[in-house]
Amino acid sequence: MAKKKTIRTIPQERTPVQEQDPRERARNFEEVSLGYRLEEALVEAERCLQCADEPCVRGCPVGIDIPSFIRKITEKHYHGAYDIITDTNLLPSICGRVCPQENQCEGVCTVGDTLEPVAIGRLERFVGDMAIKEDWANIPYIEPNGYRVGIVGAGPAGMACAADMAKAGCEVVVYEAFHQPGGVLKYGIPDFRLPNAVIDAEIEKLKKLGIRFECNTLVGRLFTIEQMVTEMGFHAVFIGTGAGYPSFMGIPGESLNGVLSANELLTRANLMRARDFPSFDTPLQPGRRVTVIGAGNTAMDAMRVSMRLGAEKVFCVYRRSKTEAPARAEEVHHAEEEGIEFNWLTSPIELLGDAKNAVRAMRCIRMELGEPDSSGRRKPVPVPGSEFEIETDMVVFAIGTNANPILGQTAKLKLNKRGYIETDDSLATSIAGVYAGGDIVTGAATVIQAMGAGRKAASGMKAYLGLRDTDGVYAPETDDPAGRRFGIPVEEHNFARVRVL
Amino acid sequence: MQPAQSSSFEIVTREDFSDVTFLLEVRHPMLAKAAKAGQFVIVMEHEQGERIPLTIADFDREAGTITLVIQAVGKTTREMQQNCRVGTSLYAVVGPMGIPSHIGGKKKVVCVGGGLGVAPIFPQARAWKEAGAYVIGILGFRNRGLVFWEDKFRACCDELILCTDDGSAGIKGLVTEGIKQAIAKHADIEELVAIGPPVMMKGCAEATRAHKIRTMVSLNPVMVDGTGMCGGCRVKIGETVKFACVDGPDFDGHLVDFDDLMARLGRYRTAEKEAMERWTETCRIRADQAVPPEPALAIDDRPSTDG
Repeated sequence: MAKKKTIRTIPQERTPVQEQDPRERARNFEEVSLGYRLEEALVEAERCLQCADEPCVRGCPVGIDIPSFIRKITEKHYHGAYDIITDTNLLPSICGRVCPQENQCEGVCTVGDTLEPVAIGRLERFVGDMAIKEDWANIPYIEPNGYRVGIVGAGPAGMACAADMAKAGCEVVVYEAFHQPGGVLKYGIPDFRLPNAVIDAEIEKLKKLGIRFECNTLVGRLFTIEQMVTEMGFHAVFIGTGAGYPSFMGIPGESLNGVLSANELLTRANLMRARDFPSFDTPLQPGRRVTVIGAGNTAMDAMRVSMRLGAEKVFCVYRRSKTEAPARAEEVHHAEEEGIEFNWLTSPIELLGDAKNAVRAMRCIRMELGEPDSSGRRKPVPVPGSEFEIETDMVVFAIGTNANPILGQTAKLKLNKRGYIETDDSLATSIAGVYAGGDIVTGAATVIQAMGAGRKAASGMKAYLGLRDTDGVYAPETDDPAGRRFGIPVEEHNFARVRVL
Repeated sequence: MQPAQSSSFEIVTREDFSDVTFLLEVRHPMLAKAAKAGQFVIVMEHEQGERIPLTIADFDREAGTITLVIQAVGKTTREMQQNCRVGTSLYAVVGPMGIPSHIGGKKKVVCVGGGLGVAPIFPQARAWKEAGAYVIGILGFRNRGLVFWEDKFRACCDELILCTDDGSAGIKGLVTEGIKQAIAKHADIEELVAIGPPVMMKGCAEATRAHKIRTMVSLNPVMVDGTGMCGGCRVKIGETVKFACVDGPDFDGHLVDFDDLMARLGRYRTAEKEAMERWTETCRIRADQAVPPEPALAIDDRPSTDG
């Protein structure tokens, strides 16, 4: 390698990424961030110090070997970079776009101690998008092991688990209740943040691993989890159904027309394409003045979708301050740029209706931050006498979700008191051979955390089935610096897999 | 057991009861095996269609089919009336959804169906009969010409009361008239199950309230996914808010806030009207330009090529 890089020799400024103009993009569903071009990616890749400490790898929920894939970019060996990412994450185009990198890899980046951290997410997306464009697929040598694995839910957790189990040689079937696979990536995250074409391309890669997707299948009701492991012949099952059941606040006026959950708004607009009504049949009464309650990623998506559906004004109402907002920093920034009006430290107390039973205004109260609560965040308390009204004809609740009750109703799974599935450390549930992960275990979280849970469960399932964990094949072989073991080059080690049956 | 099929839900029978009501029998062996009285499915006719909830009107476990009875009232259902013929397939059918109805054994029970609720009350009446109950069926239609499935109901009901608005069949009046008669004749009715338009179910609940007869109603509000994810189908039951798709669709009729339900049912009315007008217009243009579409035949067993 050339001379060792130092914090003084690398490009000092984080390479900016081209974005659509805020005024223009606030009215279309095209992607906001255009992604790095080749030359931009090469400059940004040079900013990685290749430090020995590698805090970014530990900061990644799935443990991508980040310095190695960035080094491959600097070596202009892009396919090699793709291979390294896909050893641990089959969906780089998705994660590069939707991971909260500032709290993960980029948040702990060594460069970030002094300068802006390396734009790891954008580089990951660059590699992933190039793979889609060039039609690369990282199909490892797979020897069928005779085991059948059923996955419930084709969202991020299910997709990650399915990929690992297929790579281990299992026959994998993924069941999805909707008519298209993708879960929250399809129904929740809008196209301007994650285009459907990208999701479909990544799903095609999973199909190349031999994974079968069965849509229109409501597990629990069409057949039960118990039936899957008994009469349907699945040796192991993974449940990744998501949390799903949207919360409301219980304030007066919630059943007025024009009041809906962010899930309903987003599903209608994204998956059901209500934004293209009447070419598509699903309706969505567009709001003129839309108010979204909450400040997470879902709330940002709901606001920005409303803007694109033609709202004149979109308000955000959040009871804490901007610092506590759970959304990715980039999303809040993009929303601000697009003209969303933020009402921080504001809480709704009542929704007011008109004669036709439609919402016309929201009564709010100002809040101030008090003592820290159980989450460590300062607890918002109402300021007496600060009530005011926002004129609005659409109110969207984006304040989180509760556990979906279907599997609890239909399987003898042990649930915790909030209705989420109980698991042990390996994500095994109370039914032998049945594992669970993602939002249905932890409550609402992020796409990458769900993927991490899917991979963790896959590891547990492989142990349960007595399969050697293929992660070992990819792990750096530190005791063999020459990269050879028993005279076999490292890239050949795949063929030395122990078959357990 | 074979894994579920992911596409191609073939229509094997079609029957037209009137110019608005038609029946489709759809092949889906797993669904036919899993379905229980009171459950529903969500159907998409084509890839760009909307997801509409339809109560399962019948299921045949041996033939591997489920039966849906549809009233052509909006754009989607009219389009289905025009396009769904024997040999064609629906783009998506998912279910069975919802908690099955509680069938409580050897009681005296009244099953009330009105309008689009007549078909879905049938599996309930049959299930009660199979459980050993004494079943009184009450069916409401606008007139004699719209009556269907009278024979099927007679086969599983110990008594059947037909009600028509104009008195052209059975008694003249609404189903609530039938309920009054039944209660007058049988003092020992323990339960009433009603499916139909919200205003009818509200009437049924009011008719039994004073008699303290347990009254179950099946709610069919606007929903998208049917799996508890969108919350569009939330209904007020007493002091609590429930999602009809996963907490229902059956609820205690004496606790349901019907006025809230009816107000919420109208929330996409403007868009629905727009879609309907646009569709009618397109059909008119198409009809002007091409061969007139075939009239809806009673049982059309020829594969159709129009789509």
